[in-house]
Amino acid sequence: MTRSFLARNPSVLIFIACLALFTLAVTLMSEAGGSGAISTSFVKTLGKTLCLCLVALAMDLVWGYTGILSLGHMAFFGLGGYMIGMWLMYARTETIVTASMSNAAIPPTDQEIVDAIGTQIFGVVGGSEFPPVWAFADSLWMQLALVVLVPGLLALVFGWLAFRSRVTGVYLSILTQAMTLALALYLFQNDSGLRGNNGLSGLQNIPGLTGMPQSVLSLWFFWASAFALGAGYLLCAWVVSGKFGSVIRGIRDDEARVRFLGYSVEGYKLFVFTLTAVIAGIAGALYYPQAGIINPAEIAPIASIYLAVWVAIGGRGRLYGAVIGAAFVSLLSTWFTGGQVPSVPLGFYTVDWVDWWQVLLGLSFVLVTLFAPQGIGGLFDLVTGRRPPDRHGADLGPDKGSFREREAEQ
Amino acid sequence: MTKYLLAALAACMLCVGMAAAQDSPIQTLLQENRELIEKSSRRTIGPAIDALRDSGLPAAETVLEKWRDKDLWQRESDGLFFFAEKIDRDTLQLIDIATGDPLGEVPDDDMDQLKPNSGVRGMIAAALVQFQLQSPERRKRIAALNSIQRDPEPEHLDALRAAVEDEPDATIRTREERLLRLLTISYGASEETRIEAIRSFSGDTGVDVRAALNPLLATSRQAAEGDIPEGENVARKLRPGQEDFTKEDAYSLLVSKDLAPARISRADKRAALEANIADGQVGGVPVEHLNTEAARERAYASLAEAGTVPPTATEAEFEAALDAHVFYDRYAELSEAVTDAARGTLTSITTRVGLSQALDLSLDALSLASIYFLAAIGLAITFGVMGVINMAHGEFIMMGAYTGYVVQQLVPDYTISIIIALPLAFAVTFAAGVAMERLVIRWLYSRPLETLLATFGISIALQQLAKNIFGTQARPLTSPDWLDGALVLSDVVSISYIRIAIFVLALVFLAIFLFIMRRTRLGLELRAVTQNPRMAASMGINPDRINMLAFGLGSGIAGIAGVAIGLYAKVTSELGQDYIVQSFMTVVVGGVGNIWGTLLGATMIGFLQKGIEWLNPSNTLAAQTYMIIFIIIFIQFRPRGIIALKGRAAGD
Repeated sequence: MTRSFLARNPSVLIFIACLALFTLAVTLMSEAGGSGAISTSFVKTLGKTLCLCLVALAMDLVWGYTGILSLGHMAFFGLGGYMIGMWLMYARTETIVTASMSNAAIPPTDQEIVDAIGTQIFGVVGGSEFPPVWAFADSLWMQLALVVLVPGLLALVFGWLAFRSRVTGVYLSILTQAMTLALALYLFQNDSGLRGNNGLSGLQNIPGLTGMPQSVLSLWFFWASAFALGAGYLLCAWVVSGKFGSVIRGIRDDEARVRFLGYSVEGYKLFVFTLTAVIAGIAGALYYPQAGIINPAEIAPIASIYLAVWVAIGGRGRLYGAVIGAAFVSLLSTWFTGGQVPSVPLGFYTVDWVDWWQVLLGLSFVLVTLFAPQGIGGLFDLVTGRRPPDRHGADLGPDKGSFREREAEQ
Repeated sequence: MTKYLLAALAACMLCVGMAAAQDSPIQTLLQENRELIEKSSRRTIGPAIDALRDSGLPAAETVLEKWRDKDLWQRESDGLFFFAEKIDRDTLQLIDIATGDPLGEVPDDDMDQLKPNSGVRGMIAAALVQFQLQSPERRKRIAALNSIQRDPEPEHLDALRAAVEDEPDATIRTREERLLRLLTISYGASEETRIEAIRSFSGDTGVDVRAALNPLLATSRQAAEGDIPEGENVARKLRPGQEDFTKEDAYSLLVSKDLAPARISRADKRAALEANIADGQVGGVPVEHLNTEAARERAYASLAEAGTVPPTATEAEFEAALDAHVFYDRYAELSEAVTDAARGTLTSITTRVGLSQALDLSLDALSLASIYFLAAIGLAITFGVMGVINMAHGEFIMMGAYTGYVVQQLVPDYTISIIIALPLAFAVTFAAGVAMERLVIRWLYSRPLETLLATFGISIALQQLAKNIFGTQARPLTSPDWLDGALVLSDVVSISYIRIAIFVLALVFLAIFLFIMRRTRLGLELRAVTQNPRMAASMGINPDRINMLAFGLGSGIAGIAGVAIGLYAKVTSELGQDYIVQSFMTVVVGGVGNIWGTLLGATMIGFLQKGIEWLNPSNTLAAQTYMIIFIIIFIQFRPRGIIALKGRAAGD
């Protein structure tokens, strides 16, 4: 037990090294950093993908390691985005309004400026008053704190209610999905105070950095995302190694036994649930300034399902699997839905991938679940030679105990 | 000779006609009122019209009609009245007003057309109503009643009263009596009769009663110096600063009544300051310091002192003006007894309407509940009994709805197509369910979370497939004619037949479910397999086959639900998605594994959603949000649903 954390988890070092290399390569190839082989928009896509990888990490921690299939983590992701988006939108509108008002003969009062900002922001939903949720929108530091606090508190309250009444398994999944749906429906209303289905827009313009070209800005965000992913990976790896990690894996494999051993299962679950919600919130706060717009559709339950799909395809129960899955599927999805994939003429019908990508994704997801429960990450076991003993049965998958197989169930 | 004779005879006839024209009682009557008719002013014409109406002459109605339609002409030379029709530009065909006989063609130089203005025409029309009400034709009488109801006039009151007495038709008579009472509310001669009429409507939920009573209680906002003047029918006194009457409202009321000088708004003040900038200063205050309200007040005050801008009321004057006046809402109706009676009656009506609305809401909630129940009953088998999470259940509902749509494209008769579509939808989704069970779900029976994910994959694929085949726009699934329309119980309570049909369908499926589970071999074997598959297998039951059939059955019912849901909602590829979370909620809230629980769950969710919608009618999104939050909290207290299985059946 004297070996250091990194020595016990060589995969962390390998991952960080790969991430650093990737970041360096993208920096050198970007328009701002040198050759310009990668367009600014693609740098943004890569930066967004890194954020998705981060939220996939959180999902893997809560599902792959603790066995809670949460269908609500994209809601936390979206909430983080909304929190940072409020400041971005407020501050940017403030600069625009101040600039336009400074031409007036009489300098505006503070109240006049706030009123004008309100009219600018809420004009689309027929209002001009700032709702109470915008109370701290003028302060970057408060909103940054809210990025962490709002998803964290929501997860804490929801998790406490759910775990306390011993809602587990699929019931918990459905309940988290209901929470996501409720949140999305609430945000869709115009009087929710967050501009209804218009959402928040213009987030790619960072106030105070108006002179900065988007090519440089995108690179900065890419670095920030890469750093966040690296830090998140370290944190998650640290959480799952050691005693805490053993306990949560125990909860995943047999909750009742862990409880009988005297552990406070609810406490562990609640901690993991809240921690991952916070990570998801941070990932969202980095994602949406790169995406430029956030609206309630981003929070819809389907987004969280896709998150589960990424983690499952990448391979849950291992952190690098989640990252690989998120990166692979989301980039592939961008490629397919971007219309860059040549259509396949079948003579009687032309397969247009923009239309058929989802069908392909859905079916390949079914195939992965059926035939490769380890996901893409399972391929690494072939390389390292770490394969489970062949017991001639079907693997039950990580949530039923890594070393149990079908015989155990019957 | 004969020719002359004939001519003489014709001339003679004409003379007789002329004489008749001059002598007929109607002509005499018109001549008596000639001056009024010629003047044709709304203020003075009344007696002339009344005289015609009350004359009892058979020709009076025609004269009034022609007069209204501008077909009544007057001969300038002797002032006699005729009907006339234009033959061409300068020639008129004269017609006798008493007999309707043609009197020959005359040039129009001597003739003067009577052109009553719209006010006079309205009065004539009101007078005509009396004739229409007493017309022998039933249709005309009903039309007259309709027109009175559309826009009632005080003049109609007498006409109606006269008509009620000798109305032979009972239904029309009832209507006339009701209308008479309604008119009495607004135009009754004395306070007592009006109050009596108002009281007679107590508890009547008709829209027309409320339409008649509400104007009586219309108020206008007033302000007066000192005390409220005598003789005002005050609805309530207002205190400035209370909830719905701010001090600003009060002051602007005073301004609008010229009881106080106007205050200058912030925007105007700003504009005035802007207009008076001199040497970078306004009234001695440097422009760059004008970024606070206080500095602007100061600058404006000094400008006002200098006389360059009109003075504005200061805060103290503002308060003083408010203190010096009383504010109140005043009824337009002057009699307090009438407004009291109207308020009392309206309250009783509101109570009745409220009860009816509660009934209507319950019916709505019941039909929503039956829709949820229909959507969830398939799940009650696959999820409730077998424990399989099928997230593609919603897509089976969608497949059923699209099956109905395709059938309607092929079979144009809506009734037949529905009859074909129901079993066909069952067959299609049964096959899809069996295929899914065989290919995917049976490998995952011990891994519920993965079943959830795999069926999600299928759900995504099926949705996109539907989009590719049918497009993204909504497809109509038209219901047959006999399902159109609604069962109207009263002005407030009504329920469409299609909802009744869905309700009946839900009950039928409840019966079918109970029958299959309790009375058939399949149900017995299914219960055995879900309780203990190995024991069941050793009893000679084939668990694979039973699971397959049960899953197919659950999916098939989803297909039929799809047809029913498609009939009242548009069919889109997202149809199933809209119901899937609610359906699972229904099953979970009700209690897994118990059909009565599902029924209770659906009822609870249906009533809850309608109840929340009633509290906040403008916002169905909010209703869904609050409902889901409520369910999340509900599950805290009853994690196993309303009806929880106990003992061995509970599993785990």
